[in-house]
Amino acid sequence: MSVVVRTIARILAPVILVFGGYVILHGHLTPGGGFQGGAVAASAVALVLVAFGAPAVKRLKAPFSVLEDLGGVAFVVLGFLGLGFTFFANSLAGMGSLFGTPVPPGPNPGYLNTAGTLPLMNWAVGLKVIGGLGTVLVLFGLVGRDDDR
Amino acid sequence: MIGNTPFVVCMILVALGLWALLSRRNLIKIVIGIKIIENGVNLFLVATGYVQDGIVPIYTYAPPDATMVLPTPQALTLTSIVIGLATTALMLAFAVVIHRHKKTLDGRKVTELSG
Amino acid sequence: MNLAAHAPILAIAVPLLGGFALPLWGKIHPSLRNLWLALVASLTAALTGFVAVQVLTTGVQVYTLGASSPGETLSPGGFPIRIVLTVDALSAFMGAIATLLAVVAFTYAWRYLEEEEGKTLALTLGTLLWAGMLGMAFTGDLFNLFVFFEVTSIAACGLIGYRTWTSRGPEAAFKTMVMYTVGGLFVLLAIALLYGEYGALNLAYLARLIQGTTVDRIALGLLLGGFLMKVGAVPLHMWAPDAYGEAPAQAVILLVANTQTSLYALFRILFTLYGGVADPAIGWLVVGLGMLTLVVAALMAVVQMDLGRLVAFGAVSQIGYMLLGVGVGLTVISSQPAFGLVAIQGGIFHMLNDAVAIGLLFLAVGAVEKATGNRDLGNLGGLGHDLGWTTGFFLVGSLALAGIPPLNGFASKLMIYESSFALSPILAALAILASILLLAVFVRAFQGAFLGPRLASPKPVPTAMLVAMGVLALGVLALGLFPELVVRHLVEPAAKALWEGREAYLRAVLGG
Repeated sequence: MSVVVRTIARILAPVILVFGGYVILHGHLTPGGGFQGGAVAASAVALVLVAFGAPAVKRLKAPFSVLEDLGGVAFVVLGFLGLGFTFFANSLAGMGSLFGTPVPPGPNPGYLNTAGTLPLMNWAVGLKVIGGLGTVLVLFGLVGRDDDR
Repeated sequence: MIGNTPFVVCMILVALGLWALLSRRNLIKIVIGIKIIENGVNLFLVATGYVQDGIVPIYTYAPPDATMVLPTPQALTLTSIVIGLATTALMLAFAVVIHRHKKTLDGRKVTELSG
Repeated sequence: MNLAAHAPILAIAVPLLGGFALPLWGKIHPSLRNLWLALVASLTAALTGFVAVQVLTTGVQVYTLGASSPGETLSPGGFPIRIVLTVDALSAFMGAIATLLAVVAFTYAWRYLEEEEGKTLALTLGTLLWAGMLGMAFTGDLFNLFVFFEVTSIAACGLIGYRTWTSRGPEAAFKTMVMYTVGGLFVLLAIALLYGEYGALNLAYLARLIQGTTVDRIALGLLLGGFLMKVGAVPLHMWAPDAYGEAPAQAVILLVANTQTSLYALFRILFTLYGGVADPAIGWLVVGLGMLTLVVAALMAVVQMDLGRLVAFGAVSQIGYMLLGVGVGLTVISSQPAFGLVAIQGGIFHMLNDAVAIGLLFLAVGAVEKATGNRDLGNLGGLGHDLGWTTGFFLVGSLALAGIPPLNGFASKLMIYESSFALSPILAALAILASILLLAVFVRAFQGAFLGPRLASPKPVPTAMLVAMGVLALGVLALGLFPELVVRHLVEPAAKALWEGREAYLRAVLGG
């Protein structure tokens, strides 16, 4: 791609990644969540792929697939956390520790440290989506090259 | 006052997708046909959740007579979009592999299996 | 923490976790991965068995996800809003079939798959497919039925087409994926219609509300179409022989289980959801499709020259017998419950018998392919000299499939013949003819591949594969010799769950 595309990609890719992380992190407060944020972050991979070609992202393939597996494992493990009540029960909400602040009723500026297991699940899903979509994009990018195996 | 318009549009989309699926031979176009059906169905799901003058169901100081929107259809649509992503990626991946072996995407020419 | 109450969800969550973690272990060392898989598989098998025993002794099990206690199915307004698992005798029966085939498949895959040819991927997909099947069997609401339907679709197509260095595998997988996805979208559209009409997704709640309006009928048509696409009933069967023929053997028997899970979902829809507005016309439709399937598939099997595709058409024709049995049941159950129950028992018993017999056949074909590198009937011959066990297993499987007493296929087919004869003698005559045709086909295949002069010197079949086939062959013999026992303790409760147990199913979720 031309130097304009490359330069813009260099500037935009980190910004897109940060925005994806923001969407995942605030999934329990604002519209969005794990899948949406993960898809946004994976679009940064797509941008790099388009601007710099497949060799630039090729070495990300292995880390992405590990990330995807870890996300899946984390999600199911978070489901197991609720087993004191039932599977997927939100056992962390309102317990005061990580993401455990109770939410006062009424309008609020968005307390990040709330909602119990939901933000953690958002991160698990987000990792899985970044990993999965990233792997898909890298593999599609490698199609037709000699080294695509 | 939108009445049944969304449902009509959904059905048109589904019919278009089915037509594409049945009349096209190119594997990528078959995938596109499936995506069109899927979008029609997703639109239908979202449309079933529409409530006239409904408000967001997270508003804690809502007036007692307010009509709230049930968030279920949106959650369902999101789930189905995610599933759609996975199926599309898988189908395109198979199309890519088939193209690598046969050097064509024409459904009539790639067929080894029949009978 | 009462683990017993959590067993239904654990049976789904453990293979899901196992599947996600499998590649990570595989990256460290293959033997760690095998150990992990053995652990996950035995734990899941124990959990499914435990759920089945619990259901058969104490009745329908309900599990609510995310609630403060498993039994809290209804929200304070008396409306089921959470994800609910509902396990009755039929779900437990289906879960047991899926688990049996999955355990056998993994035992077989241990030595059947080569390490460098994507073994980790195949085992991962197999575990996820297992989780999806258990999910489909245990779920109590329509939307999760769709989600698990798609989970099984994606995992199954991955299993069919993961061998990207062959050209036939991906082609079969693409075809299958198109059919599965369109079927899934039909199901989703039907769910959206029902949701738009009644505002609920819970199966039991919807079953209470359903009126049989035009919209309900359209939804039923879409559900039928969608599930029949995945079941592979003629005329929507075009993917099935390709998929069964081209997937690796351990994946094929998982596919057989997957097909039966979709059949289970179809029965669940027809009886539990639409049981209140049951219509004999729908029963006749299912009977007709079943007849068409078993006759057309048997005829197609005659002309096959590839051993894998031949068995594949045999598998498709067996789906016809199940549809026939349950269809006859649906037609008459509201007027003659006792007669209908026998027909449904025949259909459901045949699911188990087919799983065991056709699974055995597919594994034997896989063993032949592994030993000789060939599946073409024109090039095979005299394998009986070297592959004694495999020969015996193939013979047992084909005789059971054709319904020769005392093997298991006879027990269930007799029930299907008797009940369909009472409905219309023509049905029974055609079904028996198709069975005889299948017998001829399999005798020809057996004679061509295993008898005659020795044509090649095949490699020996590994012991793990023989053990896997041996388990299924023992199942064929046991089910054939003691059908009474199995029918009384497993099949009858499962068949009763469809009609007489419908009210118990609804009450378990909704109370009252």
